[in-house]
This record gives sequence, structure tokens and C-alpha cells, in this order.
Amino acid sequence: MSADEQEQDETDRAPIPSAHQQPVTVTTGKHVSRRRFLGAAASGVGLAAVGSVSGALISRSARSQAAPARKATGSAVTGSSATHQWAMVIDLRNCNGCKLCTTACQRYHYLHQDQTWIHVFTMQSASGEPYFMPRPCMMCEDPPCVPVCPVSANFRTDEGLVLVTQQRCVGTRICMNACPYQARYFNWSAPVPAPRQPFPQEPAWPVPQVEGTVGKCVSCAAMLPSGRIPECASYCPMGVIYMGDLESDVAVNGIGNSVTLSKFLTENTAVRFKTTFGTHPRVWYITGHGQTLDMDKEVA
Amino acid sequence: MSSHVESLGSAQRAWDPRILEPVEELTDAEEPPPAIEMIRSAAMRPVLFRPKWFWPAVGVLSALLALGFAAWVVQLRTGLGSAGYSDQAFWAIYEANLVTFIGVSYGGAVVSAILRITKTTWRAPLTRIAEATALVTLPIGMLFIIPHLGSSWKLWELIWPPYWNLSSPILWDFFAVSTYLLATCVFFYLPLVADLAIGAERLAQGASSPGRKLLYRAYRLLAGRYDGSLSQRRLLAGAIGLVAIMVIPMAVSVHSVLSFAFASSSRPGYLETIFPVYFVVAALYSGVALVVVVVAAARRLFHLEAFIERRHLVRLGFIMVALGAAYLYLTFTEYLVDSYSNTTGNAAWVYQTILGRYWMPFWFYFVAGGVVPILVFMFRRTRTATGVVTAATLVLAAMWVKRLVIVIPPATEPLVRSPFGPTGALGLGWGTYHFTWVSISITVAMAAAIPLLLLIVFRLVPILPVAEMEELAAAAERAAAPTAAAAAVPVARLHAGNGAPVGAADHAGNGAPVGAADHAEVPRGDGDA
Ligand code: SF4
Ligand code: SF4
Repeated sequence: MSADEQEQDETDRAPIPSAHQQPVTVTTGKHVSRRRFLGAAASGVGLAAVGSVSGALISRSARSQAAPARKATGSAVTGSSATHQWAMVIDLRNCNGCKLCTTACQRYHYLHQDQTWIHVFTMQSASGEPYFMPRPCMMCEDPPCVPVCPVSANFRTDEGLVLVTQQRCVGTRICMNACPYQARYFNWSAPVPAPRQPFPQEPAWPVPQVEGTVGKCVSCAAMLPSGRIPECASYCPMGVIYMGDLESDVAVNGIGNSVTLSKFLTENTAVRFKTTFGTHPRVWYITGHGQTLDMDKEVA
Repeated sequence: MSSHVESLGSAQRAWDPRILEPVEELTDAEEPPPAIEMIRSAAMRPVLFRPKWFWPAVGVLSALLALGFAAWVVQLRTGLGSAGYSDQAFWAIYEANLVTFIGVSYGGAVVSAILRITKTTWRAPLTRIAEATALVTLPIGMLFIIPHLGSSWKLWELIWPPYWNLSSPILWDFFAVSTYLLATCVFFYLPLVADLAIGAERLAQGASSPGRKLLYRAYRLLAGRYDGSLSQRRLLAGAIGLVAIMVIPMAVSVHSVLSFAFASSSRPGYLETIFPVYFVVAALYSGVALVVVVVAAARRLFHLEAFIERRHLVRLGFIMVALGAAYLYLTFTEYLVDSYSNTTGNAAWVYQTILGRYWMPFWFYFVAGGVVPILVFMFRRTRTATGVVTAATLVLAAMWVKRLVIVIPPATEPLVRSPFGPTGALGLGWGTYHFTWVSISITVAMAAAIPLLLLIVFRLVPILPVAEMEELAAAAERAAAPTAAAAAVPVARLHAGNGAPVGAADHAGNGAPVGAADHAEVPRGDGDA
């Protein structure tokens, strides 16, 4: 049986920014998100009370990394005390399939041609028209790729980024099996040689790649703190890719548009990909050509 | 060829429902048990006398091993891509091999542990061979972790507790397989203790060469203070019984956990609740098949025809076919239920496996591993030793292919797709796994390691469980002549038959052609099997 068929729970959804008329106060209303519930469980009730199996199986590293994000004192949006909660919006209406995002990413991270960390899929709409769908790592809030790693090489930061410690990775590839979005790429041969880098190789700056380990989109984690948007977003001539922050509720694309994230998502009925898998992606898609992407039809 | 009549006879007996019951009087008392001296010399013969073909065989097998080693070095230098892997075929041959090779070690658990617990007496001459097969194949299967890992030089991280992520099925695998390996070693060793003590005596009698002296010392060391007294034998039997019981849940856990590594994902074809059972039954099935092949080969090469008869092979074959039918049923269930699921992923996976790009390996399994073994056993004419061994060989090949069919299609399936369009247009096509000389060589080398290590093991330890067979012989004698019961017990004692010269007793038995122990190359009787 596939998770496709799992029944969807109304409340089993992370809230997105308060574009609603009244602000989403997660702790008081009926709107108790699972993350918030887990947070409460972890801080007081105890993890044993968590009914969800996947919740109980969150890996050690995920727990330790995400623990601060679940403090009750965190923000109303994500329950995190971190200053940022990174998110991405991909406006499918404007994508022309030029794949400049992919090549920019590969150039920047010194990747092989088949390592398409952001892959532009050619899809077909209900009317049979082709359309294009770029797919980075979804930076899942409940990432299936994390708990399966035997050596705790995958982890999720308190700013909502899922990263890989390539020095630690042994290359079992079980995370590639677990990811429902095929967002992980292995280094099957020697990586593309990179010149000396200003920073040491680390999860947020995985350059050069390490042979025999898994790599994936990192949302250009190393540039985000300095206010730069990821390479794919800056190189997209159509302004398709927005990088946003759920905390400050802004999103910016590569052609200078800046939007109020929550409003942008609600007004355009943004959806997320394969939400039935319970992954809670931090990447939203704006459709507009009658696309059906196996996506969540609701905004929040 | 008197064997034809014999094989028919054994086949007729094989239909007797009593054969699967642990009633020793009914099944085994019919034939006179081989004399003790005969058992001892036959069991030690491979140790004492090197067959002519030994070194050539070791040479050929080692050459294959060297080829595999070279391939592995190439893979280390050029990366896992040289084994044919890609992002859309991230798991393939090594993972299938891991499952297959660890799986065939189950034969030892079944033939030895289950038949021991159920007190099936005909198992006796087979247990050592079965346990040795388990002992040899399990580490070879575990070794596949090395080429499987992208960074095998970081293997140590798996045994480094600070890095452990206890929610990972791979780590559970690691614990389960290590425990099972330990249990398999113990399970091989315990029944060996008494035989080592007996074997040491044999070694002391013969000509003394440095190698033999060393072996003698090793035997003495490993046999401890065993002297065959009643209390020791009771203790040992109790321990063996306990380990036999423990080995079974351990074996079940190993393959269940191995299946979790696949099933703990949302991938169509891997996310199957049937997987643990499916994997365990597959392992038992292929394991018994391997035991059949090894037993038949050992019987031939080491001239054990007097002890291992056609009925043994046919009975093992029955167990194999029963497991094969169970596996066929599970396969049917899995694909049937999934084909009803209308989700694109599951339907596409079932379609591609059965009728699409993977139809050939799938139907090969179905015919060679599903139907043919059953057909072989359906007809008396084919239910012979030759038939069983042929079927078992087919099963081994088919089950390896089946593991490829389990592992590869889901790993190559595209997960990002749009559900519309005339043919359900895919966002991404199916991936393809390409066999390369590197991956094939490593696989062949590991397969060659099985006979190689088995040959070495059988040159080092008694190939028959002497003490066990003697005890059963004594029991049979007691049953035959109740008045002589008291006299029959000490027969199994260690020092019985001490003074008899090595080859002298060989011809004493039931006239079976086991004699002339020293000349292993002398062709023996029947030409079948
Ligand atoms: S660069 Fe922009 S328009 Fe081109 S494929 Fe990527 S997202 Fe689409
Ligand atoms: S999209 Fe895949 S790789 Fe990225 S966080 Fe989710 S499961 Fe992990």
C-alpha cells in the first residue's frame, strides 16, 4: 500500500504564516499542529505520549537539532526560537523550462551534470499541455530521509534546513530510498574538482562534494545568513523561485520582486507536493495551468 | 545400476506421511545404522587424506576470488558508479547479493535447528554439512556490506556508538546479523566438541606430520576436557538444544530486519507489510536449496554415500518444495494486492515487474524457482536424487534473480510524475541498472568463496557429526535389542573402538562402498545424484 492512500488529517498540517484574517495562534485554538504537539510532548508530557510512530522514531540527531525549535516560547508561526524559518515558493505559471536554475546550481556547487539538485521536470497538465516543474529539496519539516541514516549523517537545523554531513555519510543510500521526492543524489564517482574554497567543506557548504556520499540541495544554506538568495533563485530569468522566511514573512525572487509570504501563498492558492506522505515540505508551488501535481489542494 | 531400484524405493517411502514426524523408530530403524568405526573413519577421512582434486579446486576458486578482489580495488578507485549504479538505480546487485547470501545461511538453521528440535533422526548425517554451510555463507553475505557502501572505508562508523542512530533499520540489521553470526558460530562449535575429542584420537593414531600435530593440538584445545562421560554429554545436548531454539528467532529477526531497510520508505514495491515474512521464507527456501546442493556435492566428493542416502536428499527436497510453494503464494499475494491499488506508483511497479521491463527475470523466477521444483516433486519418475539436486540448483539461481527483481524495480521507479496524459506521462523515466564486469566479478568471487571455504572447513573438521550419529546408532541398537540396552550405551563413549586400526572397520558395516579410505580417487559405486 502506498502512502498516497493514507487519509489526510485536517489538523496534521504545519500552519503557514498568518495570512488569515486572524493570526494563527497555534497553542490556543483547535488548530494544534503536530509539530506543536510534539513540542509539548517533548518538553513536558514525554515522548512516549506521542501517538505517531514517525514522531517516536525521529532520529537522535533530528531531535537534538530540532529541540530548540520546539520550545514553547518560540514564535507563533513555527514554534521555533530561531530567527529564520526558511521556505521556498515556486511559481509554476512562469517557468519556461530553460533549466538555468539547474546549471547555476551545478556551477556553484561543482556538481556533475546528472546531479540535478534542482531538477526541472517536464510534466503534462490535465489538458495534455506540457509544463515545467523545478524540484529542489523540499526541506521537509518531518523529513523521512533523516531517521533512516545509521550514522546520523542527516539532520535538520532549527532554521528548518535538512542537511547532510558528508564527512560522516557512509553511503548506504537508504535516505535516497526514503525521500519521496527523489531529491538526493549520490557521488558515484570522483566529484568535479573545485578550487580552494573560502570556507571548509561543511553541511551548509558542501563544496566540493565527497565521493561515495550522498548530496542534495542545501538551499544555499551558507549564503542565507548574509541575506543572499540561493543561486537557482538569483539565476532564474523568469522570477519563478522565491526564497522566503516564515518568521519575517517575506519572500524574494531573482528579478527583484519581494512579497509578503503568507499573503502571496494564500492569494495564489499555493500547494505543496505529496503532502499525503506527511513530510510537510517547506516548498510551496503556485499552479495556474490546471496542473495536478499530486499536491495538497489546501493552503493551510 | 541397483541405484534405480533404490531410488524408486526411497521415493515410495518419501510419500509416507510419517517421514516428517519425529518418530525415529518408524523411519530410521528400517535400515541398520552404520557401524561406529565406519562413521569415525568416514568423518575423518577428508581431514586425514587430501583428495587429488583438492589443490586444483582451491586454485581455481582462489583465482576467481582474486578476480573479485581486483574488481573491488577498481571500484574503490573509481567509485560505486563502476558497479553500474546511478541515482535512479541506487540499490541493485550488491543489495540483492546481501539478501541472497545471508539468506542461504538459513539452510543451516532449518536443517540443523528445526530438525534437531523436532527430533528428526534422519537429519543426523546432514547437520555438520548444513551448519558448516551456514557458518561459511553468513560472513560472506555480511561482507557484501563492504562493496555496497559508497564509502566502505568508513565502515567503522557503524560500530562507533556515538554515531549510532537507533531509528535506522540499517543499524538494526547490523545488530541482528552480528548476533546471528555469533549464534551460528556457537551452533557450529557445540556439536563439534565431542567430534573433536574423537577426531583428536584419530589424529594421534596416524602418521605425524607437523600439520597434523598442529591440527591435533587445535582439536585438543577446542575439545576442552570433553571425555564423553554421561554428564558431559547431557550437558552438551542441553546446550545444543538451547542454542538450536535460540537460533531460529534470531534467523527470523535477521531477515525481517533486513526487509525493514527496504520497507521503511514510501517507495512502491518496498513499502510492503508482507516483506518480513516474504524475506524469511525466501531465505529458508534458498537456504534449504543450498544445503541440498552442498550435501549432494559432499556426498559425492567425500564418498559419504553410505551415510547420506538418496532419501536424505529427497526429504530435504520435500522441505524445499514446501517452502517454495509458500514463497510462490507470498509472491502471488504481494503482486495481486498491489495491482489492485490504483495509485500510479504501485500499479506501474507491478506492471513493469510482471509484464514490462522486468518481465524476463520475473518469469525466470516463476518458472525455475516456482513451478519446476513443484513439478519435479509431483512425479515419481523425477523425484530422484538427480531431480532434487537439479531442482535445488535451479532454485538457487532463481532466488538470486528474484532478489534482483525485488530490489531493482522499485529503486529504478520514477517517483516524481504527473498523473495525466495519454500514457500517464512521467516526470522522469524509469532508471536502468547496468551490470558491469566489476559488480559481476565481485558477485562471482563471493559465490566462489562458498565452495572454497567449505572445502577448507571439511579438510579441518569431521564432516559427519560422529557423536550424534553414534548416539542414534546406539539408540537404534537399543530399540532393536532391548535386552542389550545396558551394553549398548557405552558404545557411544569416546574410547569405544579405540584400538581398531583406521581402515579396518570400513568393510565391516553393511557392505557399503566406503572402504579403501586412503584412496579417495577410487570411483565409488553408483553414478547418479
Ligand atoms: S531557471 Fe527559472 S524558468 Fe528556468 S527552469 Fe529554472 S525555474 Fe524554470
Ligand atoms: S525532500 Fe527528500 S531529501 Fe529533502 S528533506 Fe525531504 S525527504 Fe529529505
